[in-house]
Amino acid sequence: MRRVGAGWQAVTMIKVEGLTRTYGAYTAVDDVTFTCEPGRVTGFLGPNGAGKSTTMRIMVGLTPPTKGRATIKGVDYHDLPNPARTVGVLLDASAQHGGRTGREVLTLSAMTMGLPASRVDEMLHLVSLSPSEAKRRVKNYSLGMKQRLGIANALLGDPEILILDEPANGLDPAGIRWMRGLLKTYAERGGTVLLSSHLLHEVEMIADEMILIGRGKILAQGDRTALLAHNTKVETLATSLDNDALSAALSAQGFAVTPAGDGLRITAEPVEVGRAALEHRIVLTDLRSGDGGLEELFLQLTADTQREGVVA
Amino acid sequence: MTTIQAPAQPSARPAGTGIPFTRLLQVEFRKSWDTRASFWLLFAIGAIVLVAEFIAAIVLAVNNVDDVTFGTFATVAGFVTQLLLPVLGIMVVTSEWTQRTAMVTFALEPRRARVIWAKLGVGLVWTAFTVVFALVMGVVFNLLYGAIAGGTDWSGGAGVVGFVITQAIAMLIGFSWAALVLSTPAAIVIYFAYLFALPTILGIGSALMHWFKSFAEWINFGQAQSPLYDGFWNMSGSEWGKLVVSGILWLAVPLALGLRRIMRAEVK
Repeated sequence: MRRVGAGWQAVTMIKVEGLTRTYGAYTAVDDVTFTCEPGRVTGFLGPNGAGKSTTMRIMVGLTPPTKGRATIKGVDYHDLPNPARTVGVLLDASAQHGGRTGREVLTLSAMTMGLPASRVDEMLHLVSLSPSEAKRRVKNYSLGMKQRLGIANALLGDPEILILDEPANGLDPAGIRWMRGLLKTYAERGGTVLLSSHLLHEVEMIADEMILIGRGKILAQGDRTALLAHNTKVETLATSLDNDALSAALSAQGFAVTPAGDGLRITAEPVEVGRAALEHRIVLTDLRSGDGGLEELFLQLTADTQREGVVA
Repeated sequence: MTTIQAPAQPSARPAGTGIPFTRLLQVEFRKSWDTRASFWLLFAIGAIVLVAEFIAAIVLAVNNVDDVTFGTFATVAGFVTQLLLPVLGIMVVTSEWTQRTAMVTFALEPRRARVIWAKLGVGLVWTAFTVVFALVMGVVFNLLYGAIAGGTDWSGGAGVVGFVITQAIAMLIGFSWAALVLSTPAAIVIYFAYLFALPTILGIGSALMHWFKSFAEWINFGQAQSPLYDGFWNMSGSEWGKLVVSGILWLAVPLALGLRRIMRAEVK
């Protein structure tokens, strides 16, 4: 069931078409279209208030769309018979009754889905919530523990699809790493993952595909290479044992060179700088692309949607 | 941090079956007592009924009241439960909103109306338990009183059917208004206004304006329920009419509007 077989390819796991949601004059989600495929982790990336959560709520039927459609395996979420067995959802880890224990929260979900109580123990073990922690009331949980409980809740029904809103929120570095491994393994087994974040590095490390969203609109989407093709800025940062000589050599070739800290900032591809260093027998101690990678792209694309205004 | 186990094993699952209503009922029933707040509310209903019956028995015995019957004790219990059952009906609905669990509940079962009907069913189940408990207390205290005062009077038992119906209605009014306003304090205020302020206001209106009296009879749901105690089989056409009309106003309309609101609401 989990393997991506020939039969599974035909149905798109998640399909969002022309999704729009307005609140009065404010457009939270503006004509958003994308798909999520099995075996892949899709990262939904955007600044706060970009419309990620609203899009996800629409996908699971909690918010009615103004226009457009979101389908899971070709049908509306509402038409899935026992939806949590197909789609694992974590939208807000804090949206739990503080008076219930972690175990009780999972027990209620398991009962609703028609799963045996043993599944609750499996999931508690999977997300490393100890038996004594599971007996505590959720209001005494840290955000990281709530997040683990939420992930356990999403995985409970052994779903083919996971929709997670900011799942790494509140997790410690080890926890983030753990979750990354968990979701990677899940996708490798043929699962479909859509997760949102406002932290680029978090998404960059785990997602096969990325969707950049700002002010409700999709700004760019694709895998890492495709996204970086958007980036037109060419810059290299280099440090060598003889910066003056390197600077002179590169200037002679017509590249703009400016000092930057201990090294140089050159308007050229790293390969050009490396070649110049080799030709002039200069020892490089540091050579890297200064285009800023995805982060620069992310900030460029969302510049007009950032709260901080123009980003240098 | 532990190593990652297989996050999901391939399983042979019947993907096509929906969630049966009986299962929703079980889940909602469990939710109605599995938190401290809900557990203590249920406990309080039982305890307060017990204490009220005890006080009533002492007061009646001390004052040497003559016509103490089973009905007397049932009325005492009923007075307490008609205050607390609606609160139960209200909390069954509103706890999903105040604690934001509606996000999880409606993601698990997106056919929201089924969840609401299951909650209503749970309210009725607790009403049944409460009514049985109240009647048992009535029997126990009537026997106790009889043993102390001598002579047990079992009259007043005829009102049991009416008692059951009116208690269910009281819970349903709380439930319906809670579905409409989705706020615990607001729904409780509305219920108590209905229970205490409305009859007074209608009474004043009737006293001042002659025409108002006949009008008030059609909207005073509490008053319209009183013939139920003499058995609904004895009710006249006009009594039925007033019960139905005022019932639509206080129960059916808020429930229908509340359902509509919950169906359309954005859950966040």
